[in-house]
Amino acid sequence: MGGRFGRFAAVRFGRFAADTFARFVAIGFGRFAADRLGRFVAERFGRFVADRFGRFVADHWVLAVAALVLGYLLLPVAVVAGLSFNQPSSRLSYDFAEFTLDNWRDPCAGPGMCAAVLRSVQVGFVATAVSTVLGTLMAFALVRHRFRGRAAVNVLVLAPVATPEVVLGTSLLALLVAAGIPQGFWTVVIAHVMFCVSFVVVTVRARLSGMDGRLEEAAMDLYASEWQAFRRVTLPLVLPGIAAAALLAFSLSFDDFVVTNFNSGTTVTFPMYVWGASQRGIPPQVNVVGTAMFAVALLMLAASRLGRRSTRSSRSTRSRRSTRGRR
Amino acid sequence: MSRSGRGRVVPYLLLLPGLLWLVLFFLAPAVQLAATSLYDPAGSLTSGYAMTWSFGNYPDAVAAYGAQLGRSFGYAGLATLLALLLGYPLAYVIALRAGRWQYLLLVCVVAPMFTSFLVRTLAWKTVLSDGGAVVGLLRDLHLLAPDGRLLATPAAVVTSLTYCYLPFMVLPLYASLQRLDPRLLEAAGDLFARPAQVFRRVTLPLSMPGVVAGTLLTFIPATGDYVNAELLGTPNEYMVGNVIDAAFLVRLDYPQGAALSVLLMVAILALVIGWLRRAGPAEAG
Repeated sequence: MGGRFGRFAAVRFGRFAADTFARFVAIGFGRFAADRLGRFVAERFGRFVADRFGRFVADHWVLAVAALVLGYLLLPVAVVAGLSFNQPSSRLSYDFAEFTLDNWRDPCAGPGMCAAVLRSVQVGFVATAVSTVLGTLMAFALVRHRFRGRAAVNVLVLAPVATPEVVLGTSLLALLVAAGIPQGFWTVVIAHVMFCVSFVVVTVRARLSGMDGRLEEAAMDLYASEWQAFRRVTLPLVLPGIAAAALLAFSLSFDDFVVTNFNSGTTVTFPMYVWGASQRGIPPQVNVVGTAMFAVALLMLAASRLGRRSTRSSRSTRSRRSTRGRR
Repeated sequence: MSRSGRGRVVPYLLLLPGLLWLVLFFLAPAVQLAATSLYDPAGSLTSGYAMTWSFGNYPDAVAAYGAQLGRSFGYAGLATLLALLLGYPLAYVIALRAGRWQYLLLVCVVAPMFTSFLVRTLAWKTVLSDGGAVVGLLRDLHLLAPDGRLLATPAAVVTSLTYCYLPFMVLPLYASLQRLDPRLLEAAGDLFARPAQVFRRVTLPLSMPGVVAGTLLTFIPATGDYVNAELLGTPNEYMVGNVIDAAFLVRLDYPQGAALSVLLMVAILALVIGWLRRAGPAEAG
């Protein structure tokens, strides 16, 4: 597969990337020069012109920098996507060599990789389910109730977020070893739930505290029971937050390497597989998984956007009607 | 607000399972880690460790791996600074200038995080490779010697480290900038403030919560990171995480690994508290 066409495509792609990068730099530098020049001109030509021109240049300078930074953020993803169509020249090579579709046709060709992906999905589902439930309950307690020890609970919830993963991983390993618990699938799940819970609490809490509490009061004034108010008013409004938290938890779990590395025993998740393979030579199919994950994430974000847009548009027509009524 | 009687037990019931999990699998392990760091270093995994309150493990660990410890904070500090300088313009544009492109740009910031972190880090090997466009361009511009390379240098590690945690800088910055009332900026302009003044006197102070949150979310994980140093550097770029990983998984020297972990955590805590004191109280969460 590939041959001359592949080499042609690779060369073209390389040249294209170089060209784009150079153009980025040129634009960025151009803006910088323009900004300098703009400031110089501005000082000579008085306040009015200065203000107009200066602001124009300042605006566009910021836009150019932002575009460059965005390029920096997206470059590795583009490279991963490109490498998923690459037939590397040797096992330890990371350079573009030949174009091929083989990696996509047979993503499981790399020995053990698909089993690792499956393992990651299993861990991810269990960890997401448990952490979403635990975290949502905690978020409700923290937002809706005033109780003794609230500050301490807040600290405990945020502490894992503020702890580097190496410390989380090693401390759990120290405990497991001291308690004589063998490491494996379930210790990985335990570890993942531990660091996902905090993110769930923070995400759901943000949604919950942004919610108008008077809606529930209104429901209960209209003779809804506490449970009905929760079921029919609160839950539907908080659900997007819970869904976002679950998505976040899954992606954190699926992608976790450091904590898993210390607590997995012989269980091989996808990141563990990649880590091990990086020393022996990375099979190109790894990039197929990376690209597929990116595509799935894009789809889910697009879907959530569509969902939110439809609710927002219905809400905005409602609010428009209500303001008109008030006038 | 709270409803009497039953209402007082409810929050504790809601908290119970989550709290139990955190106490058992976060707090207790932290205590065990501290205990492990004081075990007799002469012990081993097979023969077992004796608790001898060996505080000497700490100076020993610093003497052996002080360079890696210092490098962790140096690289992470640099990466945080770079992420702030790069992330601020991006967050600013997304929050205040993007208009209807706002959501798409946010997706561009978030979506890369869904592509495996390790795979993306490995992609930098391709980008920065000796035959790649970046090295070629830098050589042509004489910013790099004709035989100079980027891979296996601190530059590669910091580039990738900055990249990894940039979204964690951009998102809090975006959140605080988006909350900013654009009429304040207009008002400043109406009162004859120049764009630079508006930024320095209005935008920046109001976005400080985002700056604080972003720097913390970048600095803390970057300090503990060792994947970038392992994949893109050489032992000359190793950070403390590499040493901890080796101590626990290769050399099986638990007391030393634990001592380094505790040191890392304590140093981070001290720096974070110092930074919060200086930058003003930040809103948690």
